[in-house]
Amino acid sequence: MQGFSWFRMLSLAVGFGFLYVPIASLIVYSFNKSKLVTVWGGFSTKWYGALLQNEQILNAAWLSLRVAAISATLAVALGTLAGMALARFGPFKGRTLFSGLTTAPLVMPEVITGLSLLLLFVTMEQLIGWPAGRGMTTIIIAHVTFTMAFVTVIVQSRLTQMDESLEEAAMDLGARPWKVFFVITLPIIFPALLSGWLLAFTLSLDDLVITSFVAGPGSSTLPMVIFSKVRLGVSPDINALATILVTIVAIGVAVAGVLMARQQKIRDRDAQMALAANQQMIESLKKG
Amino acid sequence: MGRARVRALARVEPGGGDQVTDWLRRWLPAGRTLVASVPYLWLLLFFLIPFVIVLKISFSQSAIAMPPYEPLLHWASEKVAQVQLNFGNFAFLVEDNLYWKSYLNSIFVAGVSTLLCLLIGYPLAYAMARSSPATRNILLLLAVLPFFTSFLLRVYAWIGLLKNNGLVNNALIALGVIDEPIQMLQTDFAVYVGMVYSYLPFMVLPLYSNLEKLDLTLLEAAADLGCRPWQAFLKVTLPLSLPGIIAGCLLVFIPAVGEFVIPSLLGDPGMLMIGKVLWTEFFNNRDWPVASAVAIALLLFLVLPIMYLDKAQNAANEEGERG
Repeated sequence: MQGFSWFRMLSLAVGFGFLYVPIASLIVYSFNKSKLVTVWGGFSTKWYGALLQNEQILNAAWLSLRVAAISATLAVALGTLAGMALARFGPFKGRTLFSGLTTAPLVMPEVITGLSLLLLFVTMEQLIGWPAGRGMTTIIIAHVTFTMAFVTVIVQSRLTQMDESLEEAAMDLGARPWKVFFVITLPIIFPALLSGWLLAFTLSLDDLVITSFVAGPGSSTLPMVIFSKVRLGVSPDINALATILVTIVAIGVAVAGVLMARQQKIRDRDAQMALAANQQMIESLKKG
Repeated sequence: MGRARVRALARVEPGGGDQVTDWLRRWLPAGRTLVASVPYLWLLLFFLIPFVIVLKISFSQSAIAMPPYEPLLHWASEKVAQVQLNFGNFAFLVEDNLYWKSYLNSIFVAGVSTLLCLLIGYPLAYAMARSSPATRNILLLLAVLPFFTSFLLRVYAWIGLLKNNGLVNNALIALGVIDEPIQMLQTDFAVYVGMVYSYLPFMVLPLYSNLEKLDLTLLEAAADLGCRPWQAFLKVTLPLSLPGIIAGCLLVFIPAVGEFVIPSLLGDPGMLMIGKVLWTEFFNNRDWPVASAVAIALLLFLVLPIMYLDKAQNAANEEGERG
């Protein structure tokens, strides 16, 4: 496969260049003095200052952050339960429908999910009076529903890769299922939960379409404000905002990556020690 | 025979299980029901039932009220309820050319975008899977990272790149390739760029996880038997990566059909896409019943691909369990 090396480098360069050049251009032009986003007029941080004085954006960002934190947490809780059910329970009644219900939100066009949730909320309000009006609560419910699907996929695939004999050993030693889950399973799949939370958080922070359907007057999230601004054309303070968001995400992902790598190292070391101990035992048995 | 299979057998035979299955049997039913039913009920209430309501409202009359539709159930007399189904909204979809054209155009645009994602994503995933394990992890992180940054802002970035005095046009003029800026923003080209850009990670990840597992000795065997690298690729790698290709294509195609943000920010204002039509019916015309009918028609088209994707994912998970 040596002959393919140039091809490999080219694929990587083209692919990653395509992924990163637009993001890089956003960041570079956020430090542009000129109001014309694509004409370089010298270095300046004035758009960051302007951003901090824009009350509409700040309010929307605060709402979005709260919604994202709450819905990501709920989504991880529900998604972990769903992932456990799908990965560990074998066939059970209604499994096919359940599996379909966890897959469909991943790919369902957002206009459909948004419209259907709005109609549900309107109907529920007519029938039982809850949720009264639309706002943060309805946005959170909507976000939990579509982000938990992503968490479920991550947790399910982590659980299927995991060595089940650890759980079996704990149960052989008398631990009850709930204890096995909290002492054995949860620590092992924790990196998956962390990346699931991060993904749910960013998906929630980012969602425009579903949110537009289920948000009420006065509950504009950050993407809704950005969208209405962007429709009128590019503006440099949006670039500044993008740079801040990209930086936060990059730091979050980097921290998660380091945590995961460290855990992997500890796991590898433990496995090696166990193996070594095992071999010693075999040796001593042979001698004895 | 895999461990999972042995356990499955033990579970089926009553009394024949080992200690583990006894434990499972004694403790899990109550806990299990609880674990599965919480997310199950949530999804039933907030994902499945809403579609029933959409279906119901797609059969109702539009009205100037809040909510802007008439109830299906009429009390004809004191005790006789009358259900009035109004097929007008669907007839409207069939008769009006706008809807047909939007559906066909959306499917076409989504199909072309999926193909482009595959053409760019396959070499990328292949190159990632053939790198050394250490590089592989870094590349994987790099491929996932854009997935974590704002989709809306990534689409926005392309406005700055593609507009008439944007980076791409400026660069081409500076290089002397063109004299006048080319109109790129508000064209189909811009929509394809935005689609491929946004959906590429959905294509690369399933392809990568498939190609990473490929047994390289198969390629060696093919080479020993006289296959050239390209022949080996076509006869061994490509067929074996078919599940990854299918999963990636479905993950791109299904959401792309109903895409709203990309065509409305990058495309021509007159571009017909079904996601935009639904949005306009709902927000601008405030015609909820027609918007519901559009959603139902789109859903009927997507139900089979979604079911197929679910099946493919379950198969992949079982594979992972066995391996």
